[in-house]
Amino acid sequence: MDTREKILEVKHLKQYFNVGKKDEVRAVDDVSFDIYKGETFGLVGESGSGKTTTGRAIIRLLDPTDGQVIFNGRDVASLKSKSDMMKFRREMQMIFQDPYASLNPRMKVKDIVAEGIDIHHLAKNDQDRTNQVEDLLETVGLNRDHSSRYPVEFSGGQRQRIGIARALAVQPDFIIADEPISALDVSIQAQVVNLLKDLQEKTGLTYLFIAHDLSMVKYISDRIGVMHYGKILEIGPAEEVYNHPLHLYTKSLVSAVPQPDPEFERNRRQVVYDSSPEFDDKKRQMVEITPQHFVRASEDEIETYKKRATEEGLTVL
Amino acid sequence: MENADENILEVKNLTIDFHTYAGTVKAIRDVSFHLKKGETLAIVGESGSGKTVTTKTIMGLLANNAEVVEGTVKYHGKNVLEMSEKELENMRGKDIAEIFQDPMTSLDPTMRIGRQIAEPLQIHKGYSREKANKQALEMLKLVGITNAEERINDYPHQFSGGMRQRIVIAIALVCYPEILIADEPTTALDVTIQAQILDLMKELQEKISTSIIFITHDLGVVAGMADRVAVMYAGKIVEYGTVDEIFYNPQHPYTWGLLNSMPTLDTRKGKLESIPGTPPDLLDPPTGDPFAARNPYAMKIDEQKEPPFFKVSDTHYAATWLLHPDAPHVDPPDAIKHRQEVYAERLKKGTINLGHIHSTGKTSFGADNDDAIGE
Repeated sequence: MDTREKILEVKHLKQYFNVGKKDEVRAVDDVSFDIYKGETFGLVGESGSGKTTTGRAIIRLLDPTDGQVIFNGRDVASLKSKSDMMKFRREMQMIFQDPYASLNPRMKVKDIVAEGIDIHHLAKNDQDRTNQVEDLLETVGLNRDHSSRYPVEFSGGQRQRIGIARALAVQPDFIIADEPISALDVSIQAQVVNLLKDLQEKTGLTYLFIAHDLSMVKYISDRIGVMHYGKILEIGPAEEVYNHPLHLYTKSLVSAVPQPDPEFERNRRQVVYDSSPEFDDKKRQMVEITPQHFVRASEDEIETYKKRATEEGLTVL
Repeated sequence: MENADENILEVKNLTIDFHTYAGTVKAIRDVSFHLKKGETLAIVGESGSGKTVTTKTIMGLLANNAEVVEGTVKYHGKNVLEMSEKELENMRGKDIAEIFQDPMTSLDPTMRIGRQIAEPLQIHKGYSREKANKQALEMLKLVGITNAEERINDYPHQFSGGMRQRIVIAIALVCYPEILIADEPTTALDVTIQAQILDLMKELQEKISTSIIFITHDLGVVAGMADRVAVMYAGKIVEYGTVDEIFYNPQHPYTWGLLNSMPTLDTRKGKLESIPGTPPDLLDPPTGDPFAARNPYAMKIDEQKEPPFFKVSDTHYAATWLLHPDAPHVDPPDAIKHRQEVYAERLKKGTINLGHIHSTGKTSFGADNDDAIGE
């Protein structure tokens, strides 16, 4: 397992707002996880759980309060010079949630997509720039002649494709996709998810996929991390976390996902989660319960989780 | 509950155009459906398919540039489209109430929530302020707001999204409406909160036997809420039936596509079946089947002639030429075949659930098109 190369290591990341004031918010509180090269890591949680803040801290749209983000062997927080920052921004890109708000309505599609190309001087001349843009549009399933149009002329799904083309323009290794499909219709969601998967197969991209839709996250991700109140509660292989959740919060989250199956829905039992144990001031850390499957637990809880894993038919470490 | 089989709402041949600068948008094209007492009808479809316009018509809330070209919306036999503004005002909120999609914008930010819940009682039922406030408190407790006595004087911004949606539900239900229209009521909420709100709606529906028209694009939610389902595409209903018929024995390729594009519990890695392309432009709807351009099963006739409703069962109709007796047999996608096998097995075992509404024979849903079968 550990032969895989880590592209990103997040270590004890903390992102507080209003530090030291009465209304201090610990949006991300001691979060650690690794992402391997070429995989998709899904980060799920409810609104306010800190998943988006985590993504923003990783790409340094925010300056973390504490902790480390190590990307390709370098600490992102230590990047000071402009050229280092430029290089970093080329390697890591972001796809945003709202395809309506994330494209400048006054810019033509070709200029939106080529903005990164221009900033990083990736085009030899105008012809090369046009070619690159048109190739990108084709890659994401749009037409070459769409490049001279404005964002208003496109539907939500098409706009999200433009956003993806823009992220791809600088040939990044790593893309943070922050709820890239939640604003789209069901039939279009599948198109965009398939596109992201295709791109990954072709170019070996690594994704951090942030979403609240657990069924879609399970489908696209290799591994899943579950966030709640700024902390990661469970990390593991996607299928295992979804089908055999160990933490009670994950259980409640999975049980709340509606399935397109009336018979299943009629017999659905929702698990109610009581979050009070999270605040009992016990020292907790991520403990590996089954291979590669971690749960945030205190010393005395480890046995409970191991027992639960055995009951689920998993091989306990 | 005197007559459980009575249609409290009947929409017939509804056709609505919107006049815009770009031209005439044919938003609703010949839509018919009915609603019985106590049942939940889900209308599913993509954005722009006309779900919301349909319900706005029922509420008499159409925009100024809308024109009802044809059709009737009958509430207890009375045509809503011919009602005066006064009659509409009497009906809205009292007989037919609506829960809107966005709990952040559908409450008045400057008004205490208790007043917002009590207001319809004073207006529609002529309650005194005191009596209305008392009932508002009861309602607030019913929708599960803790410390209701203290919180009744709070403002909307003091509540979370899920709590606000509970308040919106309290306002909609405080007059015990006969029909509740829920337009994507949980789309803006987290899954765990969504599950709570849906359970709450089901519970309240049983208590006050309201009929619900539930609009959503989330088929998972539909599976849990609906007794019957109507699938809309490009301003038309393309398939309707009981929830089991739609989920286990779908007939229209668009319904297949919708069901296939959602990962289910047993979807393995691999590709999701997506529906290619985008919905047609309703400024200039295509002739023939509007879904033809995105339909891998489309035949020549789909581009020439619009399919009528073909009968699958007494409660199940679908508008696709594939059901024509002369149509070649096609194999639906594997996942759909699997669903149909499950359905066949359950039909054999007799464990099929028809919902709590047992339709007796004919439905008014597209009944006019029966003759077209086998034409």
